[in-house]
Amino acid sequence: MSSEITICRCEDVTEEDVVRAVREYGLTTLDELKRVLRIGMGPCQGRTCLRLAARILARETGRSTSEVMSLYPRVRPPIIPLELGLAALLEGGDGGGD
Amino acid sequence: MTERLDVAVVGAGIIGSATAYYLAARGLSVAVFDREYVTAGATGRCPGGIRQQWSTEDNVRLMMKSVEIYEGLSEELGAEIDFHQGGYLIVAKTEEERRRFEDQMRMQRSLGLPVRWLEPGEIKEMVPQLDVEGIGAIGAAWNPTDGYANPFKVTYAFASAARRLGAEFHLFTPVRRVVVEGGSVSGVETDKGFFGAEFVVNSAGAWSREIAETAGVSLPNRPYRHEILATEPVRRFLEPMVISFHDNVYFRQSHAGAILGGWGDPNEPPGYNLSSSPKFLGRFSRLLISYVPGLRSVRVVRQWAGLYDVTPDAKQIVGEVPEVAGFIQANGFSGHGFMAGPITAKLVAQLISGEPLDLPIEGFSIERFRRGETGREASVVG
Repeated sequence: MSSEITICRCEDVTEEDVVRAVREYGLTTLDELKRVLRIGMGPCQGRTCLRLAARILARETGRSTSEVMSLYPRVRPPIIPLELGLAALLEGGDGGGD
Repeated sequence: MTERLDVAVVGAGIIGSATAYYLAARGLSVAVFDREYVTAGATGRCPGGIRQQWSTEDNVRLMMKSVEIYEGLSEELGAEIDFHQGGYLIVAKTEEERRRFEDQMRMQRSLGLPVRWLEPGEIKEMVPQLDVEGIGAIGAAWNPTDGYANPFKVTYAFASAARRLGAEFHLFTPVRRVVVEGGSVSGVETDKGFFGAEFVVNSAGAWSREIAETAGVSLPNRPYRHEILATEPVRRFLEPMVISFHDNVYFRQSHAGAILGGWGDPNEPPGYNLSSSPKFLGRFSRLLISYVPGLRSVRVVRQWAGLYDVTPDAKQIVGEVPEVAGFIQANGFSGHGFMAGPITAKLVAQLISGEPLDLPIEGFSIERFRRGETGREASVVG
């Protein structure tokens, strides 16, 4: 584990941070890692960091990466960052986009 | 699992995690059960505001005690929680609101809260970016000791401290039934089997009603979706949480600089709907830009939703239900569970261990609905 390897650039999280959080809190899912370390909450919304974090989580919990990735955090709208001024043009439309 | 627990806690949000901490600190054996993980429900979806400006005295007292705990919590739990007292600025837009706020501020000041009225010019001084004329603000109620904390950090800090004191967390372990024998709880039936317990605490948030039903207890709570969004980080300009009951809106700036805010749809039907709507995104964006025009080109990074666990008088249910001994409710927070969490958890721990309570909780009893003695909490964004 390394404090030199950055996993999440948006939130400045290193491999060491991920390993430490997994061990300290006994985390088993990407959803928990996201909430504890904010991985995937930045502007990129987890496009690269969650896959990297999944590999570390798999290694730490003795599971396969695909098993960890099968519980991928819910993708939040608007998917790509959207200016408030443009979002303000949206009318109606309840539900959907879960 | 053969050993009988002192307490089984249902739900690993702020209430359940903090309750586990205060119980374990008293030497009781406690296990927390959650169908998902710590902060999966409303706690992990809330904006983290901590407000003491309420329309009812018991809520003001409760939240003032909660703030006392929050002030020393980082040290007590040995973890950073991003607690910050930047104040709550509650915008008034009508003369009716001004009169109501003045009455409430008189009551709040009598309880020791340093709340005061701000004239429009004073609001502008405090937050120059706020378009005071544009939104038609005629003033604001201002309490400098309100603030916010990071719900994830607070809850994980409580959970970690509880674990260090011996509490168990059974995550991804749904509770199927609260088992009652001869008028008392005997434990919880879970996906991992039966766990015997002398007390069961129902802190399952929006699912509390369903949990209570398994013990034959009827709660008046209903789940309501509330939507929220976060922007990319911007340079720090906003110290207080800004809210308006008139517009049903709130927003604040996070430690990292993001704007977090929500708008409560008055036409939202009850239900377990967690979807994110374009309707909310459009409506809240328009509101936010009207309050702070300078944010127009700032980008929304994500939106999500959480569930308020709403009671008929918008106040929480705390205490033992008379029909089932040992079955303690700590739910129905109606959107204010995070701010009320630490003190409520402490009161529940005091109740279970037979200690004197820091505050009376009769006013939060389920019995008030049965007697028809409710004093509605009016200061709600919802």
